[in-house]
Amino acid sequence: MSDSKSTDSETADLDTFRGETRAWLEANCPPEMRKPATSDADVFWGGRNTKLSSEPQRIWFERMRDKGWTVPDWPKEYGGGGLSAAEHKVLRAEMAKMGARPPLSSFGIWMLGPALLKYGNEAQKKEHLPKIAAGLIRWCQGYSEPNAGSDLASLQTRAEGDGDDFIITGSKIWTSYANYADWIFCLVRTDPAAKKHDGISFILFDMASKGVSTKPILLISGYSPFCETFFDGVRVPKSHVVGTVNRGWDVAKYLLQHERAMISGMGERGVGRPLGQIAADSVGTDAQGRLDDSMLRAEIAGFDVDEAALAACAERAVDLAKAGQAHPAFSSAMKYYGTELNKRRYEILMSAGGIDALEWESERSKQGARPRAWLRTKANSIEGGTSEVMLGIVAKRILDLPGA
Amino acid sequence: MALVLTEEQSMLRDSARGLISDKAPVSHLRHLRDSKDPAGFSKELWHAFAEMGFAGLLVPEEFGGSGLGFMEAGVVMEEIGRTLMPSPFLATSVVAASALNRGGNAAQKSDYLPKISNGSLLATLAVDEGAKHRPLQTSLRAVRAGNGFKLSGAKALVVDGHVADLLIVAARTAGSAGEREGLTLFLVNPAAKGVAVERTIMVDAHNAARIEFANVEVNADSVLGEVDQGATLLDGVLDIGRGAVAAEMVGLSDEVFNRTVEYLKSRKQFGKLIGEFQALQHRAAELYVDIEITRAATMKALQALGADVAKAASAVAVAKARACTTATRAVQEGVQMHGGMGMTDQFDIGFFMKRARVCEELFGDANYHTEQLARARGY
Ligand SMILES: Cc1cc2nc3c(=O)[nH]c(=O)nc-3n(C[C@H](O)[C@H](O)[C@H](O)COP(=O)(O)OP(=O)(O)OC[C@H]3O[C@@H](n4cnc5c(N)ncnc54)[C@H](O)[C@@H]3O)c2cc1C
Repeated sequence: MSDSKSTDSETADLDTFRGETRAWLEANCPPEMRKPATSDADVFWGGRNTKLSSEPQRIWFERMRDKGWTVPDWPKEYGGGGLSAAEHKVLRAEMAKMGARPPLSSFGIWMLGPALLKYGNEAQKKEHLPKIAAGLIRWCQGYSEPNAGSDLASLQTRAEGDGDDFIITGSKIWTSYANYADWIFCLVRTDPAAKKHDGISFILFDMASKGVSTKPILLISGYSPFCETFFDGVRVPKSHVVGTVNRGWDVAKYLLQHERAMISGMGERGVGRPLGQIAADSVGTDAQGRLDDSMLRAEIAGFDVDEAALAACAERAVDLAKAGQAHPAFSSAMKYYGTELNKRRYEILMSAGGIDALEWESERSKQGARPRAWLRTKANSIEGGTSEVMLGIVAKRILDLPGA
Repeated sequence: MALVLTEEQSMLRDSARGLISDKAPVSHLRHLRDSKDPAGFSKELWHAFAEMGFAGLLVPEEFGGSGLGFMEAGVVMEEIGRTLMPSPFLATSVVAASALNRGGNAAQKSDYLPKISNGSLLATLAVDEGAKHRPLQTSLRAVRAGNGFKLSGAKALVVDGHVADLLIVAARTAGSAGEREGLTLFLVNPAAKGVAVERTIMVDAHNAARIEFANVEVNADSVLGEVDQGATLLDGVLDIGRGAVAAEMVGLSDEVFNRTVEYLKSRKQFGKLIGEFQALQHRAAELYVDIEITRAATMKALQALGADVAKAASAVAVAKARACTTATRAVQEGVQMHGGMGMTDQFDIGFFMKRARVCEELFGDANYHTEQLARARGY
């Protein structure tokens, strides 16, 4: 009985929290920040080189930062909001309800932070986490190499010991925003003689270090968010290794789980209005208010079913994790489905938009915002591990299939 | 008729392929795009094309053309699809030439067809007004005035609109949007007073324009076909265009596929060629089947058009619907199987993805044609 009593009081506390949160958000989130960002330029990434693009963006970011709500579930001592998982869920739901966008987007928040919280030592946490929370340092991810994409563990960038330092030499590819980033979290080979997973370390360093250079790669969307990154004898203190030297693969994998969860949710922050309404703008509706294209209508309805089911599954995944029942590889299943679904969303958006969605350069098309976003989604099933690799992980780790 | 190319058709394919792959590989399109070429295509190449008899391929010999058929036009379109060469071939030599040939009176034919054949006149069909291809929704108005008409309204996605010397404009002389009766085709000089042409820079870096007509005066001689009875002529011309676009899509799908299979045979991960992974093998094999099915459906449609344009609608709907789904799949698989490489502009595959998307919208997407087929079959 006392159990149910404590649950009751928890529920009551949560209701109070919900009320307060809603009121605070209402009072503090500027109206301009209650719709999705329309382009990457409209997203605040933090760091030394990114500016806040508007006054509402600044207000929203600073108020959220001051509450620790750029990273609501991190401990307060590291700049977080100290919210419980349940409170965090309430906050997310309330933000979603009003359409509030994230105040800060950051690889530090999505990927490095969780890995540091689990594997970092106290000094590393104190040094890096508050700066991530406050948007002061922007991070990039140095994982992939030209010959180590899906087969990440075959990476060759090497770190050789020299007293208290490592000397890092090699190159990375597809490093998103390396040309804007302040620091990199990087996988390097510290023991070339060991089996491929056993000689890798996870290390952090400043992109301004001597010997680091970057070269942007132009994407099919016309943007160049990622780079080739070169390390020519970069000197990094050994104390910058996270976790144990040569045991970096554990950290890398843990971080990838978070990356995959983040990418699988990418569509949610997407387009704002429901697809059916967007389609009605271009194809019109019949006398009953139904989309005047029965095939497209069926396609969108099918999509809506799948999207609602995925949302439920995402919610359940959080609850399972909270209950300690989540399979560690489940993020691969979610990443696979979420990214394939997001690609479908943009295929439908393109066909709903018809000719209007084919314009690349014009005021009318906001410089081709829609087709560029469409092309960008094609990377969702590649970045952070391809769909094929995700399915392989599900087959092997969850289904325990032989030889998979 | 056998669904294989005849010896003559194979020779035509080889000569088209020779010229196109030599003079206009994908880097040609890339160059036009990056240099923001004002014409959007190479005039020099177009003249070489005309000299080889391609520009007048569908024009009867009496008007200086080579008097070939839709299969032959499809053969050329497929080669164009392989390198994505931008050229006036589709708009001028396939669609406009067919419109003039099928709907033109003696004077109109002898005025325009010889110039199309020798490559000196570029023409195009202006039909779509909304975001989606819905020809019967035409609402651009042509009202009688003096001995002619006055045109008012706007068109979007007019292929080669900004370089055309002659516009073939679908207009409404009677009835209202959605009705078959009351459509009329007009020949309009883009230099006429009241015509405003705006080039649209499209995702695929091919030519298209928005065109506005503000009380544009045309005389009675500029009617192509019969007043109010243009829908049938328009249907036929559009079906010819659809068959041709389907052939282009077969070419582009096949090319992306070949490039992808090559990559599967050369890229190594996990100490293996990625083509050794069954997860990719089965998809490559499925795509192969998809492309073969689409190729056959497209040949069938081109043959049906050759036999009787008026009876080819269902075969064309099947071909265009299939071509849209197959091309979408081919380019998506192409990007996916190339991994990060496939997302880079430096790599050609993105060009195929962008062109496939435009071909999909051009003259009706897969949904449109699937719906047409359902109607034709009475459900
Ligand atoms: C937009 C974008 C942003 C990125 N950002 C970053 C970043 O910030 N930092 C970073 O380090 N990396 C980044 N990446 C790189 C990304 O992680 C790799 O592209 C990805 O892991 C795939 O590697 P690859 O490109 O070498 O493809 P490959 O590994 O060569 O794959 C080619 C094809 O083979 C398939 N394949 C490979 N192995 C198997 C298998 N075992 N079974 C079945 N199929 C298989 C793949 O699924 C794919 O279809 C980014 C990529 C993109 C597209």
